Amino acid sequence: MPLKRMDKTPMSERAAGRRAHDFLEVNEGYDMARAMFEAERCLRCQDPVCVDGCPVRIPIPEFIHAIAAGDMREAATILRGANPLPAICGRVCPQETQCEELCHMNNRFSSAAIGHLERFVADWERGQPANDATRQPWRDEKIAVIGSGPAGLVCAGQLADMGYPVTVYEALHAPGGVLRYGIPEFRLPNAVLDWEIDVLRQRGVEIANNIIVGKTIALDALLDDMGFAAVFVGTGAGLPKFLGIPGENLNGVFSANEFLTRINLMRAYDFPVSDTPMKVGKRVAVIGAGNTAMDTVRSALRLGAEKGLIVYRRSETEMTARIEEHHHAIEEGVEFHWLTNPIEVLGNVDGWVTGLKCQVMELGEADDSGRARPLPVAGSEFVIPVDNVVLSIGTTPNPLLLQSTAGLETDRWGCLVADEESGRTTRARIYAGGDVVTGAATVILAAGAGKNAAEAIDRDLSAARGDDQGRELQSGRH
Amino acid sequence: MARIISKRVLTPVTKLFVIEAPLIAAAARPGQFVIVRVREGGERIPLTIADYRPDRGEIIIVVQEVGVTTRLLGALDEGDDILDVAGPLGSAPDISPAGHVVGVGGGFGAAALLCLMRDLSQRGARTTAIIGARQKDLLILTDELKAASGHLDLCTDDGSTGFKGFVTERLQQLIDGDAVAPGLGPPDRVVAIGPMAMMRAVADTTRRAGIETLASMDPLMIDGTGMCGGCRITIGNEIKFACVDGPFFDAHQVDFDEAERRNKMYVDMESQAAVRQAHACGAASQVREGAI
Ligand SMILES: Cc1cc2nc3c(=O)[nH]c(=O)nc-3n(C[C@H](O)[C@H](O)[C@H](O)COP(=O)(O)OP(=O)(O)OC[C@H]3O[C@@H](n4cnc5c(N)ncnc54)[C@H](O)[C@@H]3O)c2cc1C
Ligand SMILES: Cc1cc2nc3c(=O)[nH]c(=O)nc-3n(C[C@H](O)[C@H](O)[C@H](O)COP(=O)(O)OP(=O)(O)OC[C@H]3O[C@@H](n4cnc5c(N)ncnc54)[C@H](O)[C@@H]3O)c2cc1C
Ligand code: SF4
Ligand code: SF4
Ligand code: FES
Repeated sequence: MPLKRMDKTPMSERAAGRRAHDFLEVNEGYDMARAMFEAERCLRCQDPVCVDGCPVRIPIPEFIHAIAAGDMREAATILRGANPLPAICGRVCPQETQCEELCHMNNRFSSAAIGHLERFVADWERGQPANDATRQPWRDEKIAVIGSGPAGLVCAGQLADMGYPVTVYEALHAPGGVLRYGIPEFRLPNAVLDWEIDVLRQRGVEIANNIIVGKTIALDALLDDMGFAAVFVGTGAGLPKFLGIPGENLNGVFSANEFLTRINLMRAYDFPVSDTPMKVGKRVAVIGAGNTAMDTVRSALRLGAEKGLIVYRRSETEMTARIEEHHHAIEEGVEFHWLTNPIEVLGNVDGWVTGLKCQVMELGEADDSGRARPLPVAGSEFVIPVDNVVLSIGTTPNPLLLQSTAGLETDRWGCLVADEESGRTTRARIYAGGDVVTGAATVILAAGAGKNAAEAIDRDLSAARGDDQGRELQSGRH
Repeated sequence: MARIISKRVLTPVTKLFVIEAPLIAAAARPGQFVIVRVREGGERIPLTIADYRPDRGEIIIVVQEVGVTTRLLGALDEGDDILDVAGPLGSAPDISPAGHVVGVGGGFGAAALLCLMRDLSQRGARTTAIIGARQKDLLILTDELKAASGHLDLCTDDGSTGFKGFVTERLQQLIDGDAVAPGLGPPDRVVAIGPMAMMRAVADTTRRAGIETLASMDPLMIDGTGMCGGCRITIGNEIKFACVDGPFFDAHQVDFDEAERRNKMYVDMESQAAVRQAHACGAASQVREGAI
């Protein structure tokens, strides 16, 4: 297929029929020729509005220009200067509602493939010979980061770059947060995540797994006894919601978090070579239509389900998943039941799921979220026969740390209250960012929050130290 | 990584490990648990902190071998490292030390009672521990439990030592005012740790007598931090996550039918894994013996 100037250069992907049965990555990435072709499409606008759509304001035309000029090292340097997780964001950012949505090319053609190009540069960088030297911190103030999701990792990396000794405490046995336990290998291979984390380690970041702050160590003990000068809280929004409908505790009903954790973190796809099992029947219904729901239903197919269904009480227009995930799910044969509201999980005498009772919905007026409110159609109940039901209806911040720490204010959704620009919380020396503050959001917003907090921590510590640099930063001369 | 400082074989399938885990030892409270993983690709399993010594930076766990992971753990020795140990998780039960508190334990539950009973005794409670097993040599930690509680009562199915019969029968005698432990009086509170069937029977016994009872629920767990909801159980009309809201719950409110059913969700797959393990072990020992 000849490439066309008008259209975004497509990225090759593995055929749906084949990929729907394994966990290898779906997208195969650009080659150099395609990347240069695509880079040439960018207009290098005087007014690069694309940058306004990027939460970390990557200098998009500059890095794309470097690709067009064949200078990959320069492209990588520009990219990494603004976004410490380019290989990840290039893969999972909802570009269509961020950088690419604003791109000027949308007026006549399709946008520049910013995400694909970002991924290409980061993957190129990963293929370069490794630099083994680990950098040593040169400042005195130790910083603790709680949680190793994108918010925590980026905050830690930025602080390490500024010379601070940083320790990341992670509750689970492996770092990465949702990038590890939530987003599946076929979208974000562990090898990519491991590489990004190794880069951080080389930059001097220490990661301590199996430490649940609030249980193993109190947050206050980090500040008072262990000598940390500041703490960043990036504990995410990992508490799964349930619907509260009858039958939710039947065997075969899972939260998406459990389903995906068993598969991704615990490698259930490799059972019995690995030890954690995952029970997937012939027909799997996933309730919800966000990225998590798409990941879940596509994982179910890969674990051998014959049918994967999305059941969503709103319509396709209100779906929150990335466009690409929706397309890939359709290609892989996922069935979509829009305007369908689950009201009961049905089971057999042994307590195993047999069906999902639903009612048909119609759209009414807009609700608080600005989306049309779904209303039940009277007498429309029907049963979908299924073997598994997976709930993917959202998550909220895990209260474990917040409840065990005095003086941290939360809002009515259980989110930690923190200043958007600086991450400062209601307590001195404690900063926060990512999903724990915003509620479930995106990787790049979490990364951006981590980056902002790192700068604020440095500013505040420098001011306390009274050094010149601190005063400069305080007066805004960054 | 956590180093095994020493190991004691309590029964052929029950092993006690003293583990170096200073942060956990410093933070632990009676009744809390750790999550353990023993190999790459391995499961995360919950195990009660049977005892802890903050001054020495040690915790004690007692593991009963029932499946793949517990057997792998049981095979480790002094000086070996346990790949991952995270905790302390869950909350210490809220038990008033007023009056006579009876702890009922079966299987590994006897070990799980240890620091709980000691703590209650130290806080001024009159305490009795009732532990049971099929026969005498399957009872564990009797000396330790005797030291930790005001009175220790042993039960065996075959009568090879102590009371002949189930722990619940003995508990009923105690409730009925039989002189099980002179001067201690009938139980004011009961806490049960052990197999689900035992805890259910204890709950039935004390419900009739109207005695406040806690059960230490042991649903399947993954993260142990409240993130997956796999450990959910129904208490009264509410759904609770045992790892963060428990593991101790009002035994009279627990939906045991559901809890038992949910624990069996993977039995067929677990036995598949056990077969694979047995095969691998068999092959390994044959290699060692030079047969392959
Ligand atoms: C299945 C799934 C798919 C997604 N897909 C996309 C996508 O395609 N694109 C996108 O942009 N976003 C996506 N998201 C959202 C995105 O992953 C999150 O917004 C992002 O990971 C939030 O980052 P975070 O650093 O705030 O928290 P998390 O990634 O949640 O990390 C928090 C970490 O903190 C640890 N922790 C929690 N409490 C403690 C404690 N007390 N002590 C120590 N450690 C603790 C947790 O174990 C966890 O590792 C997806 C989310 C899910 C669940
Ligand atoms: C809070 C808590 C504290 C615990 N404390 C201890 C302890 O101190 N010592 C100890 O030996 N065990 C304890 N357990 C039980 C222990 O976690 C399980 O025995 C273990 O997970 C089994 O893993 P496995 O891979 O060896 O067996 P699997 O192969 O997973 O299972 C083998 C058999 O055991 C059953 N089983 C699996 N998990 C559990 C469980 N959680 N509870 C009951 N039966 C189960 C299975 O249904 C199956 O029949 C505790 C459990 C919880 C939740
Ligand atoms: S980080 Fe995300 S929003 Fe920013 S340029 Fe890259 S893909 Fe676009
Ligand atoms: S708006 Fe589009 S065309 Fe213009 S610089 Fe940005 S990516 Fe290139
Ligand atoms: S074990 Fe996952 S929430 Fe309790």
